Amino acid sequence: MTFVTNDKVVYMDNNATTRVAPEVLEEMLPYFSEYYGNPSSMHTFGGQVGNKIRDAREKIAALIGAQPDELVFTSCGTESDSTAILAALQAFPEKRHIVTSRVEHPAVKNLCERLASLTGHKHRVTQLPVDRDGMLDLQQYEDSLDEDTAVVSVMWANNETGVLFPIAEMAAIAKSKGVLFHTDAVQAAGKIPIDLAKIPIDFLSISGHKLHAAKGVGVLYVRKRTPFMPFLIGGHQEKGRRGGTENVASLIGLGKACELAAAHMQEENTRVRALRDTLENGLLARTPHSMLNGHKTERLPNTTNVSFEYVEGEAILLHLDRFGICASSGSACTSGSLEPSHVLRAMGVPFTAAHGSIRLSLSIYNTSREVDHVLEHLPPIIANLRTLSPFWQTAHRGSVGRSGSQCGCK
Amino acid sequence: MWEYTDKVKDHFLNPRNVGEIENASGVGEVGSLACGDALKLTIKVDDSETITDAKFKTFGCASAIASSSALTEMIKGLKIDEAAKITNEDIAEFLGGLPKEKMHCSVMGREALEAAIASYRGVTLPMALGEVVCECFGVTDLEIRRAIQESNLSTVEEVTNFTKAGGGCGKCHDRIQEIIQEVRKEARTLAIVDKRPKRLTTIQKIKMIEEVIEREIRPALKKDGGDIELIDVDGDYVIVSLRGACVSCAASQTTLKEYVEKILREQVIETLIVEEERA
Repeated sequence: MTFVTNDKVVYMDNNATTRVAPEVLEEMLPYFSEYYGNPSSMHTFGGQVGNKIRDAREKIAALIGAQPDELVFTSCGTESDSTAILAALQAFPEKRHIVTSRVEHPAVKNLCERLASLTGHKHRVTQLPVDRDGMLDLQQYEDSLDEDTAVVSVMWANNETGVLFPIAEMAAIAKSKGVLFHTDAVQAAGKIPIDLAKIPIDFLSISGHKLHAAKGVGVLYVRKRTPFMPFLIGGHQEKGRRGGTENVASLIGLGKACELAAAHMQEENTRVRALRDTLENGLLARTPHSMLNGHKTERLPNTTNVSFEYVEGEAILLHLDRFGICASSGSACTSGSLEPSHVLRAMGVPFTAAHGSIRLSLSIYNTSREVDHVLEHLPPIIANLRTLSPFWQTAHRGSVGRSGSQCGCK
Repeated sequence: MWEYTDKVKDHFLNPRNVGEIENASGVGEVGSLACGDALKLTIKVDDSETITDAKFKTFGCASAIASSSALTEMIKGLKIDEAAKITNEDIAEFLGGLPKEKMHCSVMGREALEAAIASYRGVTLPMALGEVVCECFGVTDLEIRRAIQESNLSTVEEVTNFTKAGGGCGKCHDRIQEIIQEVRKEARTLAIVDKRPKRLTTIQKIKMIEEVIEREIRPALKKDGGDIELIDVDGDYVIVSLRGACVSCAASQTTLKEYVEKILREQVIETLIVEEERA
C-alpha cells in the first residue's frame, strides 16, 4: 500500500485528529530510547523523567487555569469521560439521575446509555434537546436538575458543528444545586480560552491528539476536593488516581502542545477564524441550496459544517479525496450506520440536507491557498453530483419512489 | 474508510449512462431522500423485447452510484426476460465485489430494475405487498426473505447490510431474527425433501396450499383490502376466489399469476396452476 503524505493533502479534518506539531515531536523523541526510565523508579535515570513529567503537568494546567495536581493523565478523551462520569456516580450512589445532551460525542452518549450494565443500577438519563442552531435552552437545563441528579455531563464544543455550550453558566447552575459538573472539552481545549479558576467545573476531559500532541494520551481535570474514584485500578501512579505506567513521551509532548496552544490562541481566533469564514462564506455563496449547520457565532473558530442539499456526503468526500482534500461528513454512509449524524438529527436538519453535510475543520497549519483550493474544487463537485441526483430537478415536486411515503427515518 | 475495488471507483468517478430517457418504456424508482439513497432507472425496450437503452439518476454514496452505473451497462442489449434474472449478487460481482455493509446498494439496483420491468409490463411488484417489517426504511418481509434465501444470510447484521432493514431504530431486530429462523428452517426442510422427486398426495397438496395461503398470501392481500378463498384443488389446478378489494381491482389477474401462483409454486410444488373460479 502506498501512503499519501502530508505535503500531498489539504488537511481540513482537524476535529478528527491533528498533526503532531514538529516542536512536540522533538520534545518527545528522547523519551523513547534515550531517557526511557520509569518515572516511578528510585534511581536517577528513571526519576529524572518524573521531573520532566512535572514540567508537562504545569504547562497543561496553565492552559486551562488549573492546579497541576488537579490533573490525572489518561489514555484518551474517552477514558477521561468514562472516569469522570463513573466517579461522580460512585460519589453519590443514592442519586440515579444524569443530565446530558442529545449531541454528545459517543464517549459520553453511549456510556450514559449503557450505565445500567456498568453500575448495576438503572439510571434516569435526561438528554437535553438542542434547537436548529444546536443551542441548549438554559431554563430547560436548570429545570432538569433535581434532588436525584448526580452529575451533569455536557460537551464544551461540539465536534461536528463546533457549537459552544454556555459552560460557565451551566457549571454555575449545577454548583448552586449541588450537582457535580463534567464537561468534555476535547474540542474546546487549545482553541478557546478556558479558565478553571473562574468556572466551577468539577471534571474536564482533554485529548492530546486534538491539539497537536500524540494519539493515546488524555487528561482528566478533577477539581480539588471533588470526590473521586479511579477507573483504572493498579499502582500508585497519579497518586493512586489512575493505575498504569505513564505514557511518558506522549505526556511530555502534550505539555509542549499545551504551551504552543496557549501561544497560538490569538492566531487561532483571528487568522484561523478568518480562513474559516472565507471558506464558509465562499462555499455558501458559490453553491445554491447550501446551508450552515450550527450557530453562526457561538462556535469554535476552526470549524464549519455545511450541508449541500440533494447530494450525499460520502460521494462528496471521495471526490474531494481526488484533490487531496481531507474532510468528513455526517451522512449515513460515512459512518457505516444507515442513519445520518445524531447531532444533525437532534438539530432538526432536514434529511435533504443531513445526508449531504460536510465538516471542514482547520488548524494553524492551514493557509489561504488551501482555502482557495477547496473553494475551487468543492462547488463543481456538488454541481456534478447534482446532475446525477434524481432529486435535483424534481426538488420541488416532492419525494419519489416506493419508499418515499413509507420511509419513516427519524 | 471503505475498501472499494478499482471498478467501483471507476464507475463512481466516471458513471455510465447518467440521465433519464424521455418516453421511456419502463421506469423504476426506489429509495428516498430520507433513506439516504435513491435510484431512478429508465429503460427503452424495442418490439423484440430487447433493452436498447438504459439511463439512471442516483442520490447516494459511491457504491450506490457505481451499482447504478454498472446495472445500466449490464442490462443494455439484454432481452427483458434475461434482464429479469439479474440479482444483486450479479451487480456486486460485476463491480468486483462491494464492502459487506454496502451490499444494500446492489439490492437497490436490482429493485429498481424489477420496478422498471414491472412498469414496462404494466404489473404491480409482489415485493411491495408484503408486511412492512422495518418501518425506518420501508422494507417488507418478502424483501428480507428473498435476501436471506438468495445470499444465504444468517444474522440480523447481514440482513441490514443487504436490505437496510433494521438499520434505523432497531426495534424490528427480533422480527428479522424470526424471519431468518423461518427461512432457514424452510430451506433445511426443502433441502431434505428436494433430494427425492417431489410427489405429493392430493391431501398433502391441499394441506400445504391452505397453509401457505393462511400464513402468507391472505395477510398480504388483506393489507390492500383484498382476500382470497381456496375453492378446489384438481390435480395441479388450484381454483381460488378473490374477494374484497381484489374483485374490482384491475391488477387482480396479475396478483393471481405473479404473486399467488409464484408463491404456491415456490412453497408447494413447481407444477401448480392457479385459476380463478368462474362464476
